[in-house]
Amino acid sequence: MILVLPIILPLLIMVVLIFTRRWLFFQQAFSILASVVLMWVGFLILMDVQQNGIKAVQPGSWDAPFGITLVADLFSAIMMVTASFVAVVVMIFSPGFIDKERQTAGYYPLVFGLLMGVNGAFFTGDLFNLYVWYEVMLTSSFVLIALGGSAEQLRGSIKYVTINFVASIFFVSAIGILYGQAGTLNMADLADKMRSWDEHTYVNSALMLFFIAFSVKSALVPFFFWLPASYHTPPVAITALFAGTLTKVGVYTMFRFYSLFVVYDQMFWTLFILTLAGLTMFIGVLMAASQFDIRKILSFHIISQVGYMIMGLGIFTVSGIAGAIYFTIHNMLSKTNTFLAGGLVYQRSGSYDLKYLGGLYKAKPLLALLFFIPAMSLAGIPPLPGFFGKFFLIKGGFEAQQYFITAVAILTGLFTLFSMVKIWNEAYWKKEPEDVKSRGKVHPATIMATSLLALAVILLGIFVGPVMELSMQAGEQIVNPQMYISAVLGK
Amino acid sequence: MESIILQIAARHLRPLLIVLSLVVLYRGHNEPGGGFIGGLMFGAAYILYAMAFGVAKTQESTFFNPINLTALGLLIAVVSGLPALLLGDSFMTGAWYTFFKQTAFELKLGTPLIFDVGVYFAVAGMLMLVMFSIMEE
Amino acid sequence: MLFLFAIMIGVLYGAAVYLLLRRNIFKLVLGLIFLGHATNMLLFVAGGLTNGKPAFIRGLQGETVGMSDPLPQALILTAIVIGLGVTAFALTLVYRFYKVTKTVDFDQLSENE
Repeated sequence: MILVLPIILPLLIMVVLIFTRRWLFFQQAFSILASVVLMWVGFLILMDVQQNGIKAVQPGSWDAPFGITLVADLFSAIMMVTASFVAVVVMIFSPGFIDKERQTAGYYPLVFGLLMGVNGAFFTGDLFNLYVWYEVMLTSSFVLIALGGSAEQLRGSIKYVTINFVASIFFVSAIGILYGQAGTLNMADLADKMRSWDEHTYVNSALMLFFIAFSVKSALVPFFFWLPASYHTPPVAITALFAGTLTKVGVYTMFRFYSLFVVYDQMFWTLFILTLAGLTMFIGVLMAASQFDIRKILSFHIISQVGYMIMGLGIFTVSGIAGAIYFTIHNMLSKTNTFLAGGLVYQRSGSYDLKYLGGLYKAKPLLALLFFIPAMSLAGIPPLPGFFGKFFLIKGGFEAQQYFITAVAILTGLFTLFSMVKIWNEAYWKKEPEDVKSRGKVHPATIMATSLLALAVILLGIFVGPVMELSMQAGEQIVNPQMYISAVLGK
Repeated sequence: MESIILQIAARHLRPLLIVLSLVVLYRGHNEPGGGFIGGLMFGAAYILYAMAFGVAKTQESTFFNPINLTALGLLIAVVSGLPALLLGDSFMTGAWYTFFKQTAFELKLGTPLIFDVGVYFAVAGMLMLVMFSIMEE
Repeated sequence: MLFLFAIMIGVLYGAAVYLLLRRNIFKLVLGLIFLGHATNMLLFVAGGLTNGKPAFIRGLQGETVGMSDPLPQALILTAIVIGLGVTAFALTLVYRFYKVTKTVDFDQLSENE
């Protein structure tokens, strides 16, 4: 029963928020409360799965290969908890940052629509249902990214909508091809059947279509151009929410599919994924180095960091996957945190452009600290979680004897440090320029939200032991898809 | 655009289309039809009216707001899954009950019909919301 | 029959890609619509073409001979609904864009960047 809650709870919250859309204060308070409840549900699922193993439910009482199954394993539960935490923080941040018109134009219901899609994608065990949740999530994000309708936003959202729609088309075509071959849509059943096929040309072509679709959605090289062209256009709270959830759903799905469906031509897929990972890391970070807008630098960093997660997938050992999972948790938190810190800078100085920023360390040391923590974590400085994430990934890479990709990962870390230091130098350390745009006030709610997230990043670094242990168990489940299959099919 | 023919047609067609949409909604479980198509017809009835009389006048003549209708539809759809929980089944399991058994008026109704009603409202509301916002400009 | 469908799907995909590559944003939306339809047809064919057989037979229990597979049709219905939503949104978006910038040329997309 509890597995249905991550999906119907956001739906009910959305309904309440639509009916009460005129009462702004109620909306703000209720969405904070509701997202906390959602996170609590995530925790309950996580505890349940950790104690009792992978859990599957059949809504509608149609048995496994025929009905739509909801499945929770450790990885999906971890992802849900993290995504809901990101939502909590963004919900606290939004009232102080987003203008009133956008807030009353349906911002809060749309966020919960997005969360419903995200949770659905985490927990569904059915191929076509996954596509539907992707569309729920994307449709909400389409409206969110265009909300307010400034010319710049419209430009960004046309690109965003087009590319994502084309990617969805790839996704559906692949589903059609696989269904024609296997006659089933249940992911576990499909994976089970796939393991006994003689003829597998269809599998590879369908898988390639899937991976193109998910590469677009998680912004891997060479399909990443839409992300830096659109993510910087909406208010930064929305960008932060997207950075913390959307691309990571793409990564999650890639993990799930690789674990279940890559049974033939392992060598090719390993090489393919690792090549993509290496290119993504390196090109993303290089392009970030050439930017001067805080939001654009951070957008390119999203791409680069996704490369690390995919690298863990390419290695595909328990420690590699565990490292990638830990890194994903860290990245969802830190990335959102850096975007929100960028929002604080904007409130104070009225610009995201590094040319017009400066002197913030002297004027507002707290703002500087709130950027410093997640930025150094992303760059991989020791006591912070980014270091451990990269450390486990690189360790996994060495153990699997993938030396080249590991070298690229280390090199990318250096470049990440460079561009984080660049923001730090320009926005916080440099003298305040003459032509500073404005000197606004920073809303206390935004500071509170950002501090909460920074605290979470520090805690993730301190409690690296238990979290890593959890990730190891989750990695175990990913590497042995048989556990998933037998949990769903009951054999 | 003021067309007297369209206006008179729209005034009389709107109730007809609404009744037809209800018929389509009801027969949808076993035969062609259902909540989605019915909802489209319901929305189309109001869009036709709006084409003849303008959006503002149409919204005056309705007792509901399209976005509230959508939300109501979503709510009904979720609620339709709950009776199954009371009966101890998994969420969204269909529960059926036959009224007037063994008579000429035998009527088999179940929670899937409630779900379809939810879809009907949600689709109608969404369609009207989108079309009205385009037509207003 | 299968051959005919294959040709048709190919033509639809070709038309879609051609429209996507045009400079006009409105044609881009048309291209998206074509792309959606081509994929729906692909799903339909992938489920197997059974001629003149019903998808549901009342009172039939456990027997599937003489039926066509209802699932692809359900999938296409869902895909059409989703396509409808996305198309409606894309159209409003393009319309707003036209209102704000007074142009439908692609080049205007990269202004100020």
